[in-house]
Amino acid sequence: MTTEELKNLKPNQTVDARGTACPGPLLAAKKAIGDIESGEILEILSSDEGTKHDIPKWCQKMEHEFLGIIEEDSYSRMFLKKA
Amino acid sequence: MNTEFEKQLEELKKKVSKLEKGQKDKMTMVVFSGELDKLMAAMIIATGATAMDMEVKLFFTFWATAALRDPKKSVKGKTFMSKMFGFMLPKGAKKVKLSKMNMGGMGKAMLEGLMKKKGVKTLPQLFEAAAELGVEINVCEMSMDLMGFKREELIDYPNLNICGVGTFLSDAEESKIQLFI
Repeated sequence: MTTEELKNLKPNQTVDARGTACPGPLLAAKKAIGDIESGEILEILSSDEGTKHDIPKWCQKMEHEFLGIIEEDSYSRMFLKKA
Repeated sequence: MNTEFEKQLEELKKKVSKLEKGQKDKMTMVVFSGELDKLMAAMIIATGATAMDMEVKLFFTFWATAALRDPKKSVKGKTFMSKMFGFMLPKGAKKVKLSKMNMGGMGKAMLEGLMKKKGVKTLPQLFEAAAELGVEINVCEMSMDLMGFKREELIDYPNLNICGVGTFLSDAEESKIQLFI
């Protein structure tokens, strides 16, 4: 998805994991994914650089669809669709 | 020709089902070291693996068992040697030292300051997270016995068992990932 498309997305839930280090954002994502339905969209906010690599890998393993990243000044917004 | 092919297919099916049964989405780890840095690595990998939907089993042995002691608990009736071991080894996860640059606790204090600033969980917090995420801890009976630790002085952890190497081996056999830390 392009950044423009990502910006127009309406996530069903947003989990703010900024300020936590590895494996905080991953664990936050795992927890939040349980609260949404299949096909719904989850947004993860993280200031941890490694998470940008971890979340796509995690999606691959869990078969969620990784939609993309928007980079903000001091954090990134990651989007995925629950399998 | 046809029956020969069917026979081969049947054998293949058996092999595949055996393979599928053999390795589960499971990770077992031998946690041997009793130092803060190594224990942190073990606990971060363990909690991270639960996010990957893996079943995680930790086998605590030797120096690592000291980190499972609860500083608030004490046990009476220990032998002299057990008391000495108990005194010499760190009493719980808060007290463990760094494997490098500990510098009489100064290095550890500096690292802990950085960890707090950067949002890294402390070792006791990692144990709490692991408990919540269903990480199983198995403690080596022989190490406990050797160091004179008793079950009653270990932390309150929901999924903690005292066991032997057989438990570890049977868990490790069916795990995709096995680590020694």
